[in-house]
Amino acid sequence: MSRRAPVAFWTSFGVVLALLIVAPLVLPEFWRRFVTEILIWGLLAMSSDILIGYTGMISFGHSAFFGLGMYGAAAALLSVRPPNLWLALLYGLVAAAAVAVFVAYFSTRLRDIYFSITTLVFSQIFYVIIFTWTTVTGGENGLTFSRPALRIPGVFSIPFDSNTLHWFVLAVVAVSYLVLRRITQSPFGMVLQSIRENEPRTRAVGYAVERYKIVAVMLSGVFAGLAGVLYALQNRFAAPDFVFFVVSGEVVIFNVMGGVGTLVGPIVGAAFFLLLREGFSRFFTEFYLIPVGIIFTAMVIFMPQGLLGFMRRRLNQ
Amino acid sequence: MPILLDQIVIQTINGIVTGMILALVASGLTLIFGIMDVVNFAHGELFMLGAYVGVTTIVATGSFWLALLVATVVIALLGAIIQVTTLRPLLGRDPLTTILATFGLSLVLQNYALWQFGPVARKIQEPFTGHFSLFYLDYPWYRLVIAGLSAAIIGALWLFLKFGTYGIWIRATTQDRVMASAMGIPVPWVHTAVFAIGAGMAAASGVLFGPLVGVNHAMGLDWVLKAFIVVVVGGMGNLGGSIAAAIFVSLLEAYASLWVSPAQAVIVSFVALILTLLFRPTGLFVPTPK
Repeated sequence: MSRRAPVAFWTSFGVVLALLIVAPLVLPEFWRRFVTEILIWGLLAMSSDILIGYTGMISFGHSAFFGLGMYGAAAALLSVRPPNLWLALLYGLVAAAAVAVFVAYFSTRLRDIYFSITTLVFSQIFYVIIFTWTTVTGGENGLTFSRPALRIPGVFSIPFDSNTLHWFVLAVVAVSYLVLRRITQSPFGMVLQSIRENEPRTRAVGYAVERYKIVAVMLSGVFAGLAGVLYALQNRFAAPDFVFFVVSGEVVIFNVMGGVGTLVGPIVGAAFFLLLREGFSRFFTEFYLIPVGIIFTAMVIFMPQGLLGFMRRRLNQ
Repeated sequence: MPILLDQIVIQTINGIVTGMILALVASGLTLIFGIMDVVNFAHGELFMLGAYVGVTTIVATGSFWLALLVATVVIALLGAIIQVTTLRPLLGRDPLTTILATFGLSLVLQNYALWQFGPVARKIQEPFTGHFSLFYLDYPWYRLVIAGLSAAIIGALWLFLKFGTYGIWIRATTQDRVMASAMGIPVPWVHTAVFAIGAGMAAASGVLFGPLVGVNHAMGLDWVLKAFIVVVVGGMGNLGGSIAAAIFVSLLEAYASLWVSPAQAVIVSFVALILTLLFRPTGLFVPTPK
């Protein structure tokens, strides 16, 4: 079993990856964009799964990391000529990491509901700052910029179209998934899971629980920032709406719908949510959140494991 | 701009008025948390829906006081239905799942209001329009009446909890759920009743607050955040602490808005929350636990 599981895992990983690589070539423009969007939201949801699913801390503040990733990328793309992709990534990640250090230091001293509320309040602080600091952030209107070229100096340089952007996003998300999966299986990830199962006992065994939690929040924040950079690249704007806590709430919804503690689950959850939104918008226009909210609430009650919960054990092997 | 004494006095009165309404919202929230470990994310939505029911009743009957009563009763019933259908099945599970369930509900309720009442803000007419002069301002009497009414409702709640039979049941359930159940108290129905009371109080504050700013579908978000802050600063499940914290936080914001815009003044209460959590995680207004 343990010998065969990795084979099954890598086969299915390869198949899904291959499907996603081919996807933009066969799908019409609208759905191509849709798949890219799912991948980006999926990465954001996956980053928060590190906290929700593996460490047992529900973060309601992931919009802060996501938004700072966006604004970091925007800063690089607007201030440096010609716009440079790698610099945008760097700025975005540094911005998200800086916020993550700050949030992690304070919020990890608290547990359960208090952790959730603190992260929520922090994200609102950043929202208010971004919303009111109009001269730098553009306030309510946000910032718009142009897409940089995908360029490795001395090797090649091609402009992003929707296909290359999709593949770039796919590559980043796939690598992030493998890295996060490796992390959750490492001794460090095991400690996180033992914090989830029994925090006092983990502390009693001799692990510095607070330090592990801080690192977990920072890790999660950096990957959320990465998702923010990708989102900024795709949409060519950064707006305060994405820092608002409703986005954090959606991230939690993705996790719960897809199944926490699986890493793939949140991506599936994001896909499920966005499909529901797409489907219901046809009938309910902008009120799609009424049926989606009902489905979500019903899932919390009747299906707490989420869509992929039944595969949780297998996906973590 | 130098800050004058009269501005400070005005902001103190403003802070106390908002603080009393906030206390009314937060005391429902803290009651619900104290008794069943439910963090009710949909509390702001109940506040907002209460205001809308009030608007509808005023349009139909023309009476503000009838609207206050109808809104309280209707939303209390809605609260009871919500508790029975969504929260009762979650009893005994991780309290964090109640955040998720009520968050889902808040999305539904908020969008329902948007669908039903549209995006344009409605105005509730003040029941009386008298003013008195306060320095250079004509200060409306209505604001002071709201503060008084809020205090009266909270006082009534306190008396009910202290002396009423059902109030004693509620306190018994808060202290020890299992023991209360063993003594024959119908604990599931106590939970339902408490949720209904909390919802009714949110609705009443929605109607009272309506004339000050106008009613729209997104007003619940601001209030639920503020009420969370108040409940945590005051100590979760602690009624007196919540009231003190509501006034404290509102005063802080009122004074802060002398220097910065009201949108930025919110940060002051955020900082108050974080400092409280760091240094007195059980709440500012409770004795330090031994």
